[in-house]
Amino acid sequence: MTIVVGYVPTPEGEAALTQAIAEARKSNTKLLVINSSKGDALVDNRYAQEPEIQTVEDRLATEGIDHVIKQPVRGHDAAAEVLDAAEEHNAEMIVIGLRRRTPVGKLILGSVSQRILLEADCPVLAVKA
Amino acid sequence: MDVWSSLMDGFATALTPMNFLYAVIGVILGTAVGVLPGLGPAMTVALLLPVTYALEPTSAFIMFAGIYYGGMYGGSTTSILLNTPGESSSVVTAIEGNKMAKAGRAAQALATAAIGSFVAGTIGTTLLAVCAPIVVKFAVSLGSPSYFAIMMLALLAVTAVLGSSRLRGFASLGLGLAIGLVGLDSVTGQRRLTFGQPLLSDGLDIVVVAVAIFAVGEALWVAAHLRRTPLHIIPVGRPWMGKQDWKRSWKPWLRGTAFGFPFGALPAGGAEIPTFLSYVTEKRLSKHPEEFGKGAIEGVAGPEAANNAAAAGTLTPMLALGLPTNATAAVMLAAFTSYGIQPGPQLFTSEGPLVWALIASLFIGNLLLLIINLPLAPVWAKLLQLPRPYLYAGILFFATLGAYSVNLQAFDLVILLVLGALGFMMRRFGLPVLPLILGVILGPRLEGQLRKTLQLSAGDPAGLWSEPIAVVIYIIIGIILLWPLLFKLFRRNRAAAAPAGPQLKSGSSAPNEAGGSVSHASHRASGGDGGDGDGDG
Repeated sequence: MTIVVGYVPTPEGEAALTQAIAEARKSNTKLLVINSSKGDALVDNRYAQEPEIQTVEDRLATEGIDHVIKQPVRGHDAAAEVLDAAEEHNAEMIVIGLRRRTPVGKLILGSVSQRILLEADCPVLAVKA
Repeated sequence: MDVWSSLMDGFATALTPMNFLYAVIGVILGTAVGVLPGLGPAMTVALLLPVTYALEPTSAFIMFAGIYYGGMYGGSTTSILLNTPGESSSVVTAIEGNKMAKAGRAAQALATAAIGSFVAGTIGTTLLAVCAPIVVKFAVSLGSPSYFAIMMLALLAVTAVLGSSRLRGFASLGLGLAIGLVGLDSVTGQRRLTFGQPLLSDGLDIVVVAVAIFAVGEALWVAAHLRRTPLHIIPVGRPWMGKQDWKRSWKPWLRGTAFGFPFGALPAGGAEIPTFLSYVTEKRLSKHPEEFGKGAIEGVAGPEAANNAAAAGTLTPMLALGLPTNATAAVMLAAFTSYGIQPGPQLFTSEGPLVWALIASLFIGNLLLLIINLPLAPVWAKLLQLPRPYLYAGILFFATLGAYSVNLQAFDLVILLVLGALGFMMRRFGLPVLPLILGVILGPRLEGQLRKTLQLSAGDPAGLWSEPIAVVIYIIIGIILLWPLLFKLFRRNRAAAAPAGPQLKSGSSAPNEAGGSVSHASHRASGGDGGDGDGDG
């Protein structure tokens, strides 16, 4: 069994990671960190660069958690990547970070979190930054 | 002074509210396409050509000039903040600029690039205003044989000197000349390469060719290479420079300008060679040579000044002789023809107000660019977050609309797709785009001069070298073509003289080769991003 966490280098992403580490320790399972990009723009601030990934790696190593970090760039959106990973590894839980949104903002922008919440086959833990 | 009063008239025309508005639109568009790798001023001008048919030629050219200069400014932003050259002429800027940005000096790098571009652009444009009339005075005395020779020189030099492979360059030039041949023979009225298709007898519209090769070819190429690991923009505040930076920048600016303008003005000058020369010079002259490779401000200031001065230099032969030496100038020349304006030395007399308004607008555009680029460079960099499918969908839409609107013929769309596929294949196999577009545009004019020469000499080929200037140019062409052979011969002799063998041979020729190979590498780098079509070769 595995816990899947959707990571982005933002406060939401960090909050999700912190929570995921706590969960993984509690149930003593493997942690799968997913950070993805569609890869169709030249610049994507939600795709973690080498130093940021190194920080995450170091943190997980010092916490002593069995982990895998994946950064798929395959043209799928982040929700699809997280859901795929959860299904593939038969995840017991998905951890995601949520942003505060106004109702209007919610209406205009599609939400990665919403798609994960609605489509996941396992429990989803949503954390606010 | 004649030049002075003409220039002042030019300013009066360029500063009318409408023309000023077009200058603003031009510099904004130019900066945007400059920032985005793969898009460049040549493609943008080609896409806008059909749209601008409704405008006054003066307004259209003021906008085009803004786009051209804007591209030079925008390219440096991407080079510095992302280490991906936005334009082929900004390749060298990326070497030191990105190192500076990584060391937390992005603001200074952007500032020296923008201010250096402004200084070089202003000096370059001044030189253009002074030199162009002198070149014209000289040029009106030239006859057809000399023109033929000069055009041959431009075509061969662009093909043979620039780019990574001569074979590919000549293949591209051949394709261009063949496309230029399609249509009725101007003298005898025979049909050439029309394949019995009556719609081809008018020839291929240059707008359709340019849009297909630049826009459609590029869009297909990007679509085939869409996925790539995204990067982060290095965060930066408002660009600024300390006293020390000014002190270290002003000399490289001036030296860069001195390299850029003459190289831009030469046929086959382009902006890559002077930017590279400027970089090497600054490296040698610098008081802080240890900083080179770690982010030396001189390495940004010099090349950025050089590429803007080269941009101004390129306009000298374009306006004075009707001789384009890079892709953007070639498309602008096509624009002259589509407005029914005959490019060449008579341009200054027949279209004086337009030319001087264009030159004046370069000064204005330069100032506008400094204003919009200095404080806003980080904002421009945000454009890079745009998902490229949306961007290229828009470009394809405009390309199709533009190609159709030229003649309102559905047949043009077929040509657009066929040539777009050709543009894609050329990028796939590493063929440079510049020789093709120059071939299409200069080919028919080259043929015209050749026919005129032969008619004057009653068919005697000796007429081709009947003018002394033509003879000199043929000798230069000969040297360019035989250069690799001579170089090899020279090297072999030297190797034979020194028995030390291969180590010494490679060592002794290294400095020379470094010059060539790095500028070639820059072509390839930009080709990899698909941006070589808009590179100023």
